[in-house]
Amino acid sequence: MGIRGSLARFASRYSRSVQEVSSPDETRLLEALRAGDEGAFRDLVQTYNASLLRVARIYVPTRALAEEVVSETWLAVLEGLDRFEGRSSLKTWIFRILANRAKTRAVRERRTLPFSAFQPERIQEPALDPDRFRDPDDPRWPGHWAVPPTAWPEDRLLAAETRERLAEAIEALPGTQRAVISLRDLEGWSAEEVCNALELSETNQRVLLHRARSRVRKALEEYLK
Amino acid sequence: MTTAEAFSCQELTELVTEYLEDALPPGERARFEQHLAECGNCEIYLEQIRATIALTGSLSPDELSPEAEEALLHAFRGWKSS
Ligand SMILES: [Zn+2]
Repeated sequence: MGIRGSLARFASRYSRSVQEVSSPDETRLLEALRAGDEGAFRDLVQTYNASLLRVARIYVPTRALAEEVVSETWLAVLEGLDRFEGRSSLKTWIFRILANRAKTRAVRERRTLPFSAFQPERIQEPALDPDRFRDPDDPRWPGHWAVPPTAWPEDRLLAAETRERLAEAIEALPGTQRAVISLRDLEGWSAEEVCNALELSETNQRVLLHRARSRVRKALEEYLK
Repeated sequence: MTTAEAFSCQELTELVTEYLEDALPPGERARFEQHLAECGNCEIYLEQIRATIALTGSLSPDELSPEAEEALLHAFRGWKSS
């Protein structure tokens, strides 16, 4: 079985479909929540809590603060539930509440985000060390591989320890990159949903995803070589 | 297609995400695929990016601690009875 085939088994969640506007399922969920169905609330919390935490960590400096912001968000969701009109999806609404709370908290903590966090195209960050390639002026093979990648051994790629290293590499990313790669590749969100939740342009979302994936691939390469 | 128009390997590594997101204009997509068909190294690179994506998709999201979940359910019960 090829690497892609083996990974597909692990990654079935990757292709979950997602809805931007209020769906029939969501209408039922809202009714259950408004009727006080505890199980429905528990499901909602379990579905979004980890993602909320990742997004909050873009704005506030510590994990503890991010956890507070997420708790506040859930309370605000409960308070607003009866007034929610379903003009956006429930998910979009929840993440907007989070972004507002997190920004308010960031101001209180006097933390200003570097402009570059949301405007990544303003700085250069190559996917790979330029030394991996021949000179762009090379007479015969300009910009071709000088140190090419070598295929990864499948048994090591699928080992539990590799997944631990991968999780560490994601954790080590700058906050905005970490949020984008986690929401896209781990949680299976669409590009549009990530743009909405993080208030990013399409291009910037893609640049951040590109940098995050490039860095994580590099970390795996270093571990697997 | 002439060699002057072909992407270098370095350029290809910067375009992989646009390629996978289906965001390349048709002409560039064709040049990308042409390079890929002729370059085993870039094929390995793209395969590694795909493996990175699939492996990330296999990680489990952080679990909420039982204490945090209980605190939220407590708030929910309070909201329900208010
Ligand atoms: Zn190449």
